[in-house]
Amino acid sequence: MAFLDIEHLEKSYGATKVVKDFNLAVDKGEFVSFLGPSGCGKTTTLRMVAGFETPSVGAIRIDGRDMARLRPNQRNIGMVFQAYALFPNLTVAQNVAFGLKVAGESRKVIDERVAEMLETIGLPDLGNRYPFQLSGGQQQRVALARALAVRPQVLLLDEPLSALDAKIRVSLRGEIRAIQKKLGITTIYVTHDQEEALSMSDRIVVMHQGIADQVGTPFEIYNRPRTRFVANFVGTLTLLEAEVLDPASGHVSIGGVEATLGRRLPKGAVTLAVRPEMVSLGPAPGRETEVTGRIVDVDFLGSVIRLRAQIGQSVLAFDTFNSSDAPPPKVGAMVTLSLAARDLLLIGE
Amino acid sequence: MKRLFAWATLIFGMGYFILPLVGLTEFSLSMRRGEYSFDAYAAVLADPRFRETFSYSVVMALLTIVFGVLLVVPTAYWVRLKLPGLRPYVEFVTLLPLVIPAIVIVFGYIRLYNTSSWLPLTGSLTGTNLLLMFGYATLSLPYMYRAVDTGLRTIDVATLTEAAQSLGAGWVTILARVIMPNVLVAVLSGAFVTFAIVIGEFTLAALLNRPAFGPYLQLMGANRAYEPMALAVIAFGITWACMGLIQLVTRFSKHTKAAR
Ligand SMILES: Nc1ncnc2c1ncn2[C@@H]1O[C@H](COP(=O)(O)OP(=O)(O)O)[C@@H](O)[C@H]1O
Ligand SMILES: [Mg+2]
Repeated sequence: MAFLDIEHLEKSYGATKVVKDFNLAVDKGEFVSFLGPSGCGKTTTLRMVAGFETPSVGAIRIDGRDMARLRPNQRNIGMVFQAYALFPNLTVAQNVAFGLKVAGESRKVIDERVAEMLETIGLPDLGNRYPFQLSGGQQQRVALARALAVRPQVLLLDEPLSALDAKIRVSLRGEIRAIQKKLGITTIYVTHDQEEALSMSDRIVVMHQGIADQVGTPFEIYNRPRTRFVANFVGTLTLLEAEVLDPASGHVSIGGVEATLGRRLPKGAVTLAVRPEMVSLGPAPGRETEVTGRIVDVDFLGSVIRLRAQIGQSVLAFDTFNSSDAPPPKVGAMVTLSLAARDLLLIGE
Repeated sequence: MKRLFAWATLIFGMGYFILPLVGLTEFSLSMRRGEYSFDAYAAVLADPRFRETFSYSVVMALLTIVFGVLLVVPTAYWVRLKLPGLRPYVEFVTLLPLVIPAIVIVFGYIRLYNTSSWLPLTGSLTGTNLLLMFGYATLSLPYMYRAVDTGLRTIDVATLTEAAQSLGAGWVTILARVIMPNVLVAVLSGAFVTFAIVIGEFTLAALLNRPAFGPYLQLMGANRAYEPMALAVIAFGITWACMGLIQLVTRFSKHTKAAR
């Protein structure tokens, strides 16, 4: 049995179901992200685990224990909020000590634990500061230390980095993951940022309109999206409408260009998809299917250049690396693109 | 032209408020013929009834503040947290004491809690004092509630509550260690207003027949010439000191709190 078990969880506000039949088993020490667009029910699901919302249907068990009867303050769950939610009247050290004090720990134990936690988050000297004297990133680290100080069974984070600027976001997500691994704490991390989810998680739950569309490792989610929504939401994809000519060998016609996927496909019309990095400009070894098209858009992103080419009815996105002596093709240029037919993904509904 | 008008209004307003005060003070200092003196003040301060009634009112004010805080802070907090839809109604109720005259309130109390009623509060001294305190709390409710509610607006009540809950805190701990300290400044300003109200209140104390400062003020006013003026100045001084303290506390708070 998994450490954290969520079974058939549902939540309705009035007539609207915002979480539908949500199932998840999280192992001890695992880092699981809930990824999805705003309003898809991530926060609601997380808050049901924390005990701030009561499920309409379903059960939540931690370490085999049913949480239904337990109030939020009895669940021993650490929570980190987007808005930090540090107590403004308390110093950093007092904030971190809050939970320990509530638990009735002795002075000595509290002081030691606070020092240890401040060390862990890399702010050993800021114990006497007040929250308003800290930067956003520092405040969020203190909030993390505060949540972890009481040794919770599960750590929940609700978009903890959304209020921070890009640089800090990237460095802090590394730190959070490192601390999580070091302490081996079971963690659920809510985010709408796919890069965050892909880079931090052991597994990702992609959510869409209250439904967990797909659960899997970042690799699986990215390379084998099971639904059209997941395919579109995670990473960039070009969708290609194709006609299956031979289901057994996976021979298809994509707007006149024929290719063999080497996999069994359903009969009739299918939607295939391809990631930008699976398409090369010009011929490339191992990418046997070639198509020609006209460049319609060039997006210089720095190390990578994202281009779009019109091919028949579809617009295909692809990437090239920046190189100082080979400028990218201009809009309107005719180019030949190559890709491997086995890299084409079949998108279900 | 606009400017001139603004100044004129200001000067008129100041004159309207200050002239009577100046006259009052001047008169209170002229007990001795031909020269200014503090004789009236000395006479007032030497009067044992002054000390008795004044200390009675101070004690009542403090009790009222404690009761008011214990009543208003949890209520305002709960309404904000769990019943935000009820806020307009609660606000309306807390404003009622401004519209209903104190005399109506006290007659209602006497009618409801007289010696032959189901809860004969007026039957004993303690009961009457209690009733008076409740009355004072009612009179100061509009100010106390507004002050606290405004204070609560400056913090993210819901998230701070959830943060505290996830750390194991129950309601009492949350109120005492999270909510109260963060609305302390607002509570204090509400407390000073309450203090000023209670010290000068006449109707409730007189009709419940308690030896408070307000009735004493009235009694002196009816019987003496200079002393009541001195008393009025003293009462003014207390009120203004309260206002000054509110200002001070508010400024002090800007210092310690800031953008979260
Ligand atoms: N207390 C509530 N009452 C009614 N609807 C709510 C409430 N809380 C959330 N919702 C709705 O539930 C849906 C999911 O919200 P939420 O879980 O916050 O989404 P996310 O965190 O993924 O952005 C949204 O459509 C939101 O409007
Ligand atoms: Mg959310």
